[in-house]
Amino acid sequence: MLERSYEKFFRQNRLPHLWCPGCGNGIVMKAIVQAIEKKSGWTQDNTIIVSGIGCSSRASGYMDFDTLHTAHGRAIPFATGIKLARPDLNVVVITGDGDCTAIGGNHFIHGCRRNVDLTVILFNNNIYGMTGGQASPMTPLGKKATTAPYGSIDRPFDACKLAEAAGATYVARSTAFHVQHLVKMIEDGLDNAGFSFIEALVQCPTAYGRRNKIGEPAKMMAWMRDNAVMKNVWDKLPDDKKIGDKFPIGLFYKAETETYDEAYHHVIEMAGGAAK
Amino acid sequence: MKSEFTLKLDRCKGCGICVAFCPKQVLALDTLGKVYVAHPENCIACGQCELRCPDYAIFVDKLKQEAADKK
Repeated sequence: MLERSYEKFFRQNRLPHLWCPGCGNGIVMKAIVQAIEKKSGWTQDNTIIVSGIGCSSRASGYMDFDTLHTAHGRAIPFATGIKLARPDLNVVVITGDGDCTAIGGNHFIHGCRRNVDLTVILFNNNIYGMTGGQASPMTPLGKKATTAPYGSIDRPFDACKLAEAAGATYVARSTAFHVQHLVKMIEDGLDNAGFSFIEALVQCPTAYGRRNKIGEPAKMMAWMRDNAVMKNVWDKLPDDKKIGDKFPIGLFYKAETETYDEAYHHVIEMAGGAAK
Repeated sequence: MKSEFTLKLDRCKGCGICVAFCPKQVLALDTLGKVYVAHPENCIACGQCELRCPDYAIFVDKLKQEAADKK
């Protein structure tokens, strides 16, 4: 077998990972390392992976970089600290829908607002998987969770719209089915100087799929295949076709503005330089 | 056989994603729920299985023509 070059970015002695059979997190984790591999100058020594708490956030433990597994919802503040102290490092944040939009909701919008030069990848499995299937702020309306046995009545966040409105300078979405597209979205996010946000839809067959009778992992991925619509097609779609489970994927927003670490550097200069 | 499979069975959790997305029905799950190559002769080395395996348990390499002829 030809050696797969991305395997060097995994802590081999930690594999197989603990995610459930058919969980999409492994697919997205591989997409992240493949995107990092494509970036010239990004090495295991100058790239930091920061994660919060949850199924998704276990990814940092399997990735052979300098990694930080932080407090629930607080991955972005830790990552901001790293970026301000060492602007030369490349900082990637891995988070989940509960971690990022519930417990870390405020940190998320303020990270976007400040345009901190981070790449945040949100693994959206629509549920709190690790703790047993409670509804998250991204559980779709009507879907069942242990805390919503009659179906969720809480209107879900569209994390991409939230990020864009809060000031992120790169916003994209892809899914665990569209692997090459996902790698491309992450790669472009890594390229962007500023707060880059990528929502990656992943299937959670155990806590979400089973409870909602969606079926096995492959069926959940087939749902992504059948319902994801590329952004350029979505934009031309009349409103009466944007029905059912259809959702757009692709690059939603890109802008250029001063990053937080640049702005912070100016303050350091005006204040007479950092203590060495 | 145009392709060579490498299975890391200690990683395979038998989720069936590779089996479902194989366009040629090459793969199947055995009694213990792990993947095996049921119809290698049908494989077109498209790599769909490897692409979506969440556990990095299956790898497909396209064999060069000479190597394939030897087999």
